[in-house]
Parts: sequence; structure tokens; C-alpha cells
Amino acid sequence: MKLYFSSKIFQKALAGLSGGFLVVFLIGHLAGNLQLFIPGELGQKQFNAYALFMTTNPAVIALSYITYTTIILHSIVTIYLVFKSKLARPIKYHVSSGNSNSTWASRNMAFLGTMILIFLIIHLRSFWYEMHFGNIGFDKWGNKDLHTVTVAAFQNVYYTAFYILSMLMLAFHLSHGVGSAFQTLGLNTSKYKKSITYIGKGVAIIIPLIFASIPITLYVR
Amino acid sequence: MENFSIKLKVWRQKNNKTQGKFVDYDIDDLNEHMSFLEMLDVLNERLISSREEPIAFEHDCREGICGSCSMVINGKPHGPLKGTTTCQLHMYHFNDGDNITIEPWRAKSFPVIKDLVVDRTPFDRIIQSGGYISVNTGSAPDGNAIPISQEDALYAFDAAACIGCGACVAACKNASASLFVSAKISQLASLPQGQPERDKRVVAMVDQMEVEGFGHCTNTGACEAECPKEISQEYIRKMNWEYHRANIKG
Amino acid sequence: MLDSRIPPGDLSSKWSDFKSKVPLVSPANKQNLDIIIIGTGLAGASAASSLAEMGYNVKAFCFQDSPRRAHSIAAQGGINAAKNYQNDGDSVYRLFYDTIKGGDYRSREANVHRLAEVSTNIIDQCVAQGVPFAREYGGTLDNRSFGGVQVSRTFYARGQTGQQLLLGAYSALSRQISKGSVQMYNRHEMLDVVMIDGVARGIIARNLLTGQYERHFGHAVVLATGGYGNVFYLSTNAMGSNVTAAWKAYKKGAMFGNPCFTQIHPTCIPVSGDYQSKLTLMSESLRNDGRIWVPIKKGDTRDPKDIPEDERDYYLERRYPAFGNLVPRDIASRAAKERCDEGYGVGSTKMAVYLDFKDAISSLGEDTVRSRYGNLFQMYNKITGDDPYHTPMRIYPAVHYTMGGLWVDYNLMTSVPGLYSIGESNFSDHGANRLGASALMQGLADGYFVLPYTIGEFLSKDIRTERISTEDEHFVKAEKKARKRNETLLEIKGTKSVESLHRELGKIMWDNCGMSRNEKDLKNALVQIKDLKNSFWSDVFVPGSDNELNTELEKAGRVADFIELGELMIYDALDRNESCGGHFREEYQTEEGEAFRDDENYTYVSAWEFKGKDKEPKLHKEDLDYKEVTPTQRSYK
Repeated sequence: MKLYFSSKIFQKALAGLSGGFLVVFLIGHLAGNLQLFIPGELGQKQFNAYALFMTTNPAVIALSYITYTTIILHSIVTIYLVFKSKLARPIKYHVSSGNSNSTWASRNMAFLGTMILIFLIIHLRSFWYEMHFGNIGFDKWGNKDLHTVTVAAFQNVYYTAFYILSMLMLAFHLSHGVGSAFQTLGLNTSKYKKSITYIGKGVAIIIPLIFASIPITLYVR
Repeated sequence: MENFSIKLKVWRQKNNKTQGKFVDYDIDDLNEHMSFLEMLDVLNERLISSREEPIAFEHDCREGICGSCSMVINGKPHGPLKGTTTCQLHMYHFNDGDNITIEPWRAKSFPVIKDLVVDRTPFDRIIQSGGYISVNTGSAPDGNAIPISQEDALYAFDAAACIGCGACVAACKNASASLFVSAKISQLASLPQGQPERDKRVVAMVDQMEVEGFGHCTNTGACEAECPKEISQEYIRKMNWEYHRANIKG
Repeated sequence: MLDSRIPPGDLSSKWSDFKSKVPLVSPANKQNLDIIIIGTGLAGASAASSLAEMGYNVKAFCFQDSPRRAHSIAAQGGINAAKNYQNDGDSVYRLFYDTIKGGDYRSREANVHRLAEVSTNIIDQCVAQGVPFAREYGGTLDNRSFGGVQVSRTFYARGQTGQQLLLGAYSALSRQISKGSVQMYNRHEMLDVVMIDGVARGIIARNLLTGQYERHFGHAVVLATGGYGNVFYLSTNAMGSNVTAAWKAYKKGAMFGNPCFTQIHPTCIPVSGDYQSKLTLMSESLRNDGRIWVPIKKGDTRDPKDIPEDERDYYLERRYPAFGNLVPRDIASRAAKERCDEGYGVGSTKMAVYLDFKDAISSLGEDTVRSRYGNLFQMYNKITGDDPYHTPMRIYPAVHYTMGGLWVDYNLMTSVPGLYSIGESNFSDHGANRLGASALMQGLADGYFVLPYTIGEFLSKDIRTERISTEDEHFVKAEKKARKRNETLLEIKGTKSVESLHRELGKIMWDNCGMSRNEKDLKNALVQIKDLKNSFWSDVFVPGSDNELNTELEKAGRVADFIELGELMIYDALDRNESCGGHFREEYQTEEGEAFRDDENYTYVSAWEFKGKDKEPKLHKEDLDYKEVTPTQRSYK
């Protein structure tokens, strides 16, 4: 017991659990973002009202702090584990042929995660920061006009491309992460293994795909 | 095919206090029916006849079961053939003129002793920490007193097939020993005889694995893919479950 | 001089009587008694763990990097036990009888009966350790029939029974190591037995990593060092398997029993070239469905598929219509050799015969054949690149097991007090030929259930013996000698590699003292071996030094001992003017070319005593007294 919390299996489980929470967060976030598909004034009105709700409702605020903490926890635990794993093999192989025994994503979770973290910082700067501290206009219903900020951001081809690329990173990260979390928690039993694999791959494709389709729609529109 | 040639790049290291380096050797009188180790034998005979030190490598049974052989061939533990130890790998899987790089297992917990020989005693210590059922000689009930379903017996057997070679550690990008450790934990946890010590065992063995300094498992599946006995990652799942369960129960 | 110390009484009650009367050592005294065990295979690991459980201080040694790698791990088939779980009429007596008969009436009744008695305990013990034996759907243990016996008494774990049993024993050993009751010395090789006042009191070992020489004291020393098949260079033994420990014991006065009794297994993958380092066994179960043949025409080089039925010679079916392809190991092996020697062999080296599954596949279907032999076919395919589903396998006999070994009494003690030998390293319970699935049984019987009792008889008298300091002059002298020998090997700096000399020895032994032997060749071989010995000690080249990991030096020491052992094997083969079991003397055969056993003159165990360097060894005979079974001539016609 004394070693449980310092064991790598426990820490991995922490990474898996926090990752799982973040997937749930993504689904919620995605559901909100879907409102960006609504065209015209209706879309603007609804999205801004939603943004207001999300930044003022006490329950949501509490939830958002939990999310920030989870992101930090997920990052710290995984970075710590990566650091430890580097110690476990001080001398690298001269020839390596990882592609023949594992997927690229599974071997590059740290890289993918870092990319996602960078994306997250930029993403927060673009929208979260603007919403909270930025010099942001109001829509005709009196709400902060995040909708216009968002639409404007995705008129930039580079920004849109960066967003899509980041979603690709997320897709790869999830393609390994979801199934891996179940495995680490010991839930990936042979009975459910297939379903878990499908769910994992499904989540990895569907969530980033819908996320990415929003800026594309906005850009094209 | 006879008289085919290969270019070898082999890790040479006098002992664990000195730095190692790669040395190139050309061999050109090979027979395709040689095993990989016999190819090294031929090279060693040549080195001896020119008064050089032969390449030290671990080997014993040469029939794929003792788990002695331990070399990474072109980036793959035990070489390119699936489900095969180095000693069972034959030269007809290579082509004339191939470049072959041979390295020892690389892990902090498996320090190089000499050339391709590494120290795998951490595996022994992990088993000593709890990889057994405590039953003294003579105190066993009749063999048929405890029926075990064929399913459980097969599940246990597939795990018990582990030869303790360490290819899983060598293949893992984090040098994790999870496959080795989990195979023994799962074998004993899935049998009725293993129940009394089930929780104690998994905690002790995982903790010992931590102490030995192996990396963590990131479920890449490289271990299963390179395991000469093709032991499944399912056992790592089982170990994780057992470990959480035992610790939460307290 | 030779006292087998077989307890009196009825055969069936000797062992239980012995157990109830053997003096015990009190727990308080056990902790003051040290036992050294060399080797951690089935016999060594089981003995080490059992003795440690009882309270003795155990020091265990193995030359491998881990005790789990001992060559017991490679046994495929299974382990016999008279459990009669299949209700097919098996009993302790039947297992005893089959073993005596299979051994061609050259083993001790009392020992074999004891082996059969404890066989059942072994299964219980292994199951309790978590050994995953094959099971029926209902959860009970499964058995199969093995080696042509009439009952199903073989317990198995796929084709890896040896591995599973060894890992069971290794786990028991590991448990004692963790408790501190066994001190484990990996990568240590025993180089000598230390004798003090005529009793074995310790060993000299070399740490193979550092090259350091170490002295270890023990009230008793147990050798569990396996067989010496590698005297033939090519065998199914592991590369490291060697006779060194047993040979040092022999030179310190332990007699060597039946050295010429060697088992040649008929179904191995043939030699493919002179680079060959080792032979791989294919389970003999293949002979249940495969048909063995050679072409009728000498030197026929056609693809086997192109050779029509009427141009094939199914020689086993021809010579032994009653048993056909299922004749015992020794007979199948000799018949293959006979055909190849006559020039009918196949393959590139012409030293192989076909084992054909064409008829089995057409009558049973490929799926059935796959389900029975799939893993073996895969193994064959992996090694040779040929696909046995479409072309016949090529097989040839190979050295597999040595029935001979250190002579031991009923207590498994050698003729040196305090020095024991268990498992394959003793001359064992298998007589002149071992039955399939009996080697694992004997190794574990000795280690778990026999030695822990019998060693008490010696140790109970030794409780007052204080631990002897390893600074004692006997230790110092023995270490000096061991060191000197290695230094000599390193100083020769000749031209021949150890490997090439070993190969030469193997050729001499295989050609003259292998599957069939005759006086002329044996005498000739004696001269050749003497030459080889001279050549070794004057022209060997051993690179490196002795203060580091030096595999060539290790090999050199072992090969030097093998050469001397080869000589002894030939003396033994020359003495035994009969054919029995694995020993076939061409002069002693029936008109039909079958083995002719001479019970009148040779119903004895040959126990050879070392008389000094370059002196002929002295033969002692332990007469075998058959009270329970009457020796009969084997016939498989």
C-alpha cells in the first residue's frame, strides 16, 4: 500500500482517469460548439447567450476549475512518467524498428500531448482570454460578442489550418489514449476488448472530425 | 543457398566499466541453413583463429525455451521473425549482402556485462518477491482435488509459457517489464491454488518491479508483438486490475 | 566396496519402512547444517527448496544467469505417474514393471519401485504449485499415452511439460531464496569437490562474471548437474550442459556407473552442415501417424514426392511388422543408421530418412493432422524452411539422454561419503534405456521426495560437526589446483579452438561409441582419444584471461573433462560384451540383427573407479538381483 500512490501503475491510472474526464469535457465542449453551425443572427444570438451562461453559471465555473486542474494533472503526471521512462533506458538503440510492432500514435503520445497543450494555450488565448479580459464588443442583445470573434478568427487560413492540424493531433492522441486508459484501469477484458477498441477509435475519429468541421464551415461560409 | 555474405555491425563492450562501440564484420561463407547463433559461432571461430576475443552472447538450449538468448537484431528483439527466439532464427530469412546490426537488450535495469550479455537478475528478484504459491513439499492435496476449468487452465498456461528472456523489456520504448511480471501474476491469480496469496503477491511483485527501475507501460503493444512466446497484453490488463483491486481493498 | 544399501523386506514396503526408520535431524540441528547443491534443474531446484523448507541451510549453484534456465526446461513430452486417473488399470507395480522392462533389465528393482511409488506425490506437488497441466473439460487432469505403453499415465502441459515443471520448482526455490534459507549463486561453476577426512565437505566454484575462485563449505554436497550427452558434441542437450562437476567427483573417488549407456532419440532434425552446433528433438509422438521410409534405390536424389510407392522402403514396417513405426527408441534409431550407412540416406548430407505424413493427411485430413502435430510441423518448418504438409520431414537420430552417471546407493549417495548425486547426473533408475516421460519423473522424485529423507541418514550423524573454515588447507589446496588448471589452459596458446577439439571428440564418440559399437572400433577410438587429449593439452588456444567473463575458458575446462569421460565410456562399452538398451555391440546380435542381451554374465551395474591420471580405471560390479520380475528378451517383430 505504501507504494501504491508512488507506483507507475497508479500514476498511469491517474493519467487514464484524467484523460477520460477530458474526453467527457470534449464531448460537452463539442455539443456547445455545434451552435456555431447555426447560420445568421440566430446563431450569433444563441452562441453568445451560451457563452455568457458558461462564464457566469456557478456550477459551470466550478466545473471549469475542475477541468483546468484535470488538464494540469494529466500533463504533470504524464510528463513525470515520460521523464521516468527516459531513465529506464539511458542508452538508445542504434537501429529501431518501432513501426513493425506498435502504432505511431502509441509511441508518440507525449509529443501529441505536448502539441495539444500548445494548441490549448493558443486556443484559450484566442477565445477564453478574449471573453474574460479582452476588449470585446457586444451583440445587439447586449451579450459579449464571442461569436464574431470566433467567426473572424477562422477567416484566417493559417489559424484555421492550425486548428485542423491540432484536431488531427487530438485524433491520434485519442486513438491510443482511450483504449489505453481502459487497459491501465484493468477494464479492457477480453469480453469488452472489441467494443472498447471500437469506442476508442470511434471517439478518436468523430470528436476531432466534428470539431474540425466547424472552422471549415466558418471559413467556407 | 550457400556462400552468401552479410555485413554485421556488432556491439562490443569489454565489461560494464568500459564504453562499448560497434564493430563491423563481413562474413561471406554462410549457409542459409545455419541458425543465427551458428552464424555467430562461425564468426567467433574466425575471431579466435585470428587471436581476437570472440563475441560474448548468451545462449544455452538453442531450441527456443530456456530464454537465454538476448540480442536485438536490426532493431527487433530476437530478430525479424515473429514468435521466434534468436536461436530458432535461421539465416534463410536474410538475403545475400544484408546489413545486420546486433545490439544487447538496452535497459537501465539490464546493464551490459560484456558485448551482448546483459544482467537479467532483476527478473529473478521479482519472482522471489512473490511469484510462487507457498506450498511446502509433501503438503499438497491430491492433484484432482481441485478441479480447474479448461478455460482457466489454458489462460494460466498461455501466461506460464513465458521464458523470461526479457524481450518485452527490450522492445518496450520505456523498458517496462510489465509483460513479464503480469504473466506470472496472472497465471497464479487465475488458478484456485493462487487465491490465498493473490493480493499480497501482486502488490509485492509490482512494487519490486518499481524498485528495479523498469519504465511504465504505455500499452504500445510492442512487447506482445516481439515476445517469442507471443504472450498477450491481456495479462498486463489483468495485472493492472489485480494491483488496483489489491490496493483499494487494502 | 560397493554397498547399494537397499533396505531389507518386501519390495513394496522397503521405502515406507525406510522412511519410518531413517534417523531424523531435529529442527534445532538442521539450522546448523549446510548443504551445497550444484545445479538448479528439476532435481536441483526441487531438492534445494525441499531441504530449505525442512530447515537446512542451502547454498545452490548454477552456471546459467538464472536457475530457471536449466535444461530440464526443454523437455517436451510429459511426466509419468501411477495415478490411474484414467481407470485403465495402471498401478505403482505397472509403472515399476514398465520401467524395469524398458530399461532392459539393468536397473535396481528397489530404486525403480520407489520411483513409481513417489510418482503420484510429484503430480500433487506440482499442481499445488500452480503448474498448468492439461485438463479435461470437467476440470480434472488429462493424461496421454506415451512411448508405447498400454496405459495413459503421462501428465503434460502442451509440448512444454519440462518448462512448466521447472518453473514450478524454480518458484519454490525462489520462495526459499526470498526467505534467506537458500543462498543462490548464479553464474557460478563448480570446479572441484573439497574432501576432508574422506568426506565431501565443500566445493571450489568460479564466479563466471568476475573469474574469482570461491570456497564454499557444506556438511554435504549434492550434485544435480544433469547428463553428459554433449560428450558427442552434437546432442539435444543445451550448449552449456556438461560433465565437469560429476567428473571432479569421479576423480575424488565417486564411482561412475554405466557410462556407456546413452539414449539416442530417433526423431531429431538432421545435421545440415559442419557448422551445426546442436540438434533439435521432434517429439516421438510423430511416429504415431508418420511413416518412415528411404528410397529403394541407393543415392536416389529425386524429390521425395516424385518417388513412387513401389520405390520406397518402409523399413521399420518391413522389419518389425508387429510394431512398425512404433518400435522403441533404440531400435528405431539403429534401423535409421543402418539404412543411411548402407547408402540409402536422403537429404544433402545423406544422413537422414523420411518421416512422411502423406498417408495420414489423406486418411485423416490435413486439419486432424494439424490439430495433432501443428506446433511440431511449425517448429520443423521454422528450422528447415520445409513444409511437412507437402513434403516429408527429414529426421535422424540424435543423442538425447544419458542413463549412466555417478554411481549412487539407495540413499542417492555416491561412493564418497557426504556426496550425493540426483536426477540425470546419477546412474539412475533407467537401466540401459529410459522410457519416454520418465526423466522428469526421476528428477523431481529425487529432489522432492527421496533425497530430503535419505540425506538425513548421513546428516543425523553429522550434527556435531562444526562448520569448517574455508581457510582450511584442504580448501586452499583445492582452490590452488582449480586455479592452476585454468592458468594452464590459458598458457598453452596453441592453434586449435576449443570448439574444433570438441567437434573432433564428438566425431570419435559418435562414430565409435554411438548407436552401435564394436570391439575393433572401440579400441581404435581409445587410441584416437588419447591422441586428442595430447593435442588438446598441447595445442588448444583459449583467448582472454581468467579474471573476467570468459566463455572460451569455461568451455575449455568442460571439453577437457569430456575427453576424459569419453575414454571411460569406451572402457565401459568394451567391457560390456552384450547388447542391451542403448548399448548395441555389433558382435552381440541375433541372426536377424536384433540386440542380444547376456543376462548370465552382464546383469550388473558397472561402477568405475578412478585410479589416477593416465591409468586404467578399475571396474567394480554391483550385481543386480531380480526378485520381482523375470528378465525376458524384448521382441517387436
